[in-house]
Amino acid sequence: MSVLRKLAWVEVKLFFREPLALIIAFAFPFFMFFVLVGVFGNEADSDPEDIEVWRGGGPADYYVSTYVGLVMAAAGLVTLPLRIADYRERGVLRRYRAAGVSAPVMIGSQVLVASAMSVIAAIGIVVLSTTVYGTVLPESWPLVIAGSVVGLLTFAAFGVLLGAVVPSVRAAQGLGFSLFFVMLMISGSGPPREVLTSSMRMLSNVLPLTHVNLLLQDAWLGFGWSWDAALVATGFFVASGVLAARFFRWE
Amino acid sequence: MPAMQAVHVRELQKRYGATRAVNGASFSVEQGEIFGIIGANGSGKTTTVECLQGLRKPDGGEIRVLGLDPQSQRDQLRHRIGSQLQESALPDRLRVWEALDLFGALSPKSRDWRELVREWGLTGKEGAAFADLSGGQRQRLFVALALVNEPEIVFLDEMTTGLDPAGRHAAWELVRDVRRRGTTVVLVTHFMDEAEDLCDRIAVFRQGEVTAIDSPAGLVQRYVNASTVRFSHDGDEPLSLEGCPGLNEVRREGTQYSATGEGPLLAHVASRLAAQGVYPADLRVERATLEQAYLRMTEAEGAAV
Repeated sequence: MSVLRKLAWVEVKLFFREPLALIIAFAFPFFMFFVLVGVFGNEADSDPEDIEVWRGGGPADYYVSTYVGLVMAAAGLVTLPLRIADYRERGVLRRYRAAGVSAPVMIGSQVLVASAMSVIAAIGIVVLSTTVYGTVLPESWPLVIAGSVVGLLTFAAFGVLLGAVVPSVRAAQGLGFSLFFVMLMISGSGPPREVLTSSMRMLSNVLPLTHVNLLLQDAWLGFGWSWDAALVATGFFVASGVLAARFFRWE
Repeated sequence: MPAMQAVHVRELQKRYGATRAVNGASFSVEQGEIFGIIGANGSGKTTTVECLQGLRKPDGGEIRVLGLDPQSQRDQLRHRIGSQLQESALPDRLRVWEALDLFGALSPKSRDWRELVREWGLTGKEGAAFADLSGGQRQRLFVALALVNEPEIVFLDEMTTGLDPAGRHAAWELVRDVRRRGTTVVLVTHFMDEAEDLCDRIAVFRQGEVTAIDSPAGLVQRYVNASTVRFSHDGDEPLSLEGCPGLNEVRREGTQYSATGEGPLLAHVASRLAAQGVYPADLRVERATLEQAYLRMTEAEGAAV
């Protein structure tokens, strides 16, 4: 346990020394959120069509939960796979392994740090959006927290899986960023789902972020616990976890 | 039997697909020894030491390190051995002291990182990030990391690659220090001068097999018998060394003489010179180096194939 703690602490320090990690985890989601909310504001419209698009609240109320989801996706799609692929490619994993670090501890420290950073970024987004735009706080805190746990686990497992299967850092960058931007655009953190074409919406249904966002948004805006979304996200978590354990390589 | 042996390897086999990386290598390392492993690239040196450290699973044969099986008893073994791996790295932004502190924390007992920083010439670099270290500094850090857990055996794979000549000699001195403290050293190298200078015994690897094990002097003697005696003499009369036992050839260039032959050539030449009233102040013998012996060895084997 002390090894895990030590390793995680070192990884926290490394995280804050890595500009790209900080940009992806903090700067980019914050920037996107404030651009969207700056454009759409947070006035609940009386137009019935708009009410449907924004699910009954203002645009900022709509987006805040999807940006909690997005920072988790950033950890799972970019931070974790890049870090794991980089450590493997450069022999850092080999070095740790020779010194007696086990795979669960190695992966555990990465997941802990990436998840902790997501939580910090999510709290930052919520605090800023409530103070600046007066967005609504969660209708149900327990359900939002439960949804966040599901989201963190899903993207942690998915991120480790990506890190395990990519052949190189370049592949991790290509695949990770592609998935990240696709999910950013059609999983609810970009244009609202209501305005997507039907084929876009079909594609978005196979992406984990769509379900994590729905789970969080339902809980946030008072639509309760979405069992469908929770089930699909959990499915991603289990499948990714099993495959990641199967395909993880030290070198 | 293997109680006193630090490492015992018998008929080790390791394949990568169709390639036989190690093909029946056998050798043992005594405790307190500096044991060298030399051989061409791809001769199985690194694979063998990786098997010894439990980093690769052998396909056949027997390995005991400190009496333990590196695969099934890896947990018991890993804190008693130190590893300096070829082609490994640390996170770019990890600092020197953090690396030593972290690796020390991975083991039940460890040395203070400040001591290691001083010993391995990293003073002033404690706060430097790994990415900002020179090749030589990185290499020294890796060796320091291999020693942070006070291992009973340390495996050094291409330890001095990237070091300048002064750095290499300093590293050799430190390796001798490590042995003086009782640590057995297994040294993989392709620098023959390093192996000759440091090792008590050397295993020569070729195509996954051990073709010879001997002391450096033993290997030299086995493969290059000849030695060369040199001296200068500026008399007008050419000197005669004819009839010197073991003498093969004498060459003269100006005042410089060189005599090559076998056996205790220096003593014979000296006595012949003394008989003629010649006492050169610079009379000396040059023995073949391990490098020459190694090249001879590979030529001979190449011819045999």
